[in-house]
Amino acid sequence: MSDFGNYGGGSMEAKKQQVMDQVRSELALANAQELINKINEKCFAKCVPKPGSKLDSSEQACISKCMDRYMEAWNIVSRTYINRVQRESQNMGGAGGL
Amino acid sequence: MSNPNFDEAAQRELSKFLEAEQAKARLQQSIHTFCDLAFDKCVTKIGNKLDRSEEACLANTVDRFLDTSLFIVRRLEETKGSM
Repeated sequence: MSDFGNYGGGSMEAKKQQVMDQVRSELALANAQELINKINEKCFAKCVPKPGSKLDSSEQACISKCMDRYMEAWNIVSRTYINRVQRESQNMGGAGGL
Repeated sequence: MSNPNFDEAAQRELSKFLEAEQAKARLQQSIHTFCDLAFDKCVTKIGNKLDRSEEACLANTVDRFLDTSLFIVRRLEETKGSM
């Protein structure tokens, strides 16, 4: 957690909001990096089966499409998981074990 | 998180906020894990869009993985019970 440091003048409320914004953006960045790393791994595996001396145009086209497919897949998985967690927590009136 | 800049009420609010954000981050990490798994199982060829069967497969992978998790827990509890 980064140092709150000295934000100079400003109300405590403003400082508090600043901390919250900083946390939100750090977590969003970490999430984006994870997504990009996964896309890199999956699309390299699927589109570049035999690495040559450069990425040819068909490999590049495949990687481009693969990025889109992965993000669509991520959205589907995300919706499914969140719906499931909500359903389980309703059924159990609490943690649900998931 | 004692900090001279924030009074007790603000610290409590920040604490709750952090807890909520961490819970969200854990959810997102799970989603990454499931998507990794499901993409490998369900999207064998990269096309111009995901077809209906791929979409169903992705959703089913998540649900069946979670069913597997619950099954394993129940089975372990049964086994413990009979010892």
